Amino acid sequence: MSILGYILITIGAFFYFLGGLGIFRMPDVYNRLQAGTKATTLGSFSVILGVGLVNLDYLPKALIIIAFIALTNPVGSSVLARAAYLKGIKPTDKTKVDEYKGGDEK
Amino acid sequence: MTIINYIFFGFVGLGVLFSFLRILLGPTSADRVAALDTLNVVLTGTIVFLALVFKNGLYLDIALVYGLLSFTETVVISRYLEGKK
Repeated sequence: MSILGYILITIGAFFYFLGGLGIFRMPDVYNRLQAGTKATTLGSFSVILGVGLVNLDYLPKALIIIAFIALTNPVGSSVLARAAYLKGIKPTDKTKVDEYKGGDEK
Repeated sequence: MTIINYIFFGFVGLGVLFSFLRILLGPTSADRVAALDTLNVVLTGTIVFLALVFKNGLYLDIALVYGLLSFTETVVISRYLEGKK
């Protein structure tokens, strides 16, 4: 059980690195939100579940923190994307479809 | 299992470095808030891992409170950036 926990912690740390790299090199606010939020959500699940599996006394609080992050992280990303759109920040030229406006044209 | 600590803090240090560079040189303020959100989630996971390093269960409570405050911060700054209609 302890070996499985350490493997999960290593995978989660790698996903943290991928989230930071994605938020550095993506060209746009919306792409950066997608890369950063998805990678760090999966990394948090893996790291916190790994800590709970290594030391079984920590498991109930770890599950509570996992549920809390699963609820709040997409909500924060969605609110930030909506705020950036309403503020008038344009997507890059490679973005073809604007679903928020409801049409096929950009 | 002390080699796991070096691997974990190496990856987390690289992620924090890239996020912090994006906070410093982001073109708009929405970029900075997005990078700050990512940085907060990474630091929450790191505080949970510190409970295993220092063998102290109190760090889990600190991680829970830090996650709550970071979520509130993201939502409040986003509502502020949105402006009034």
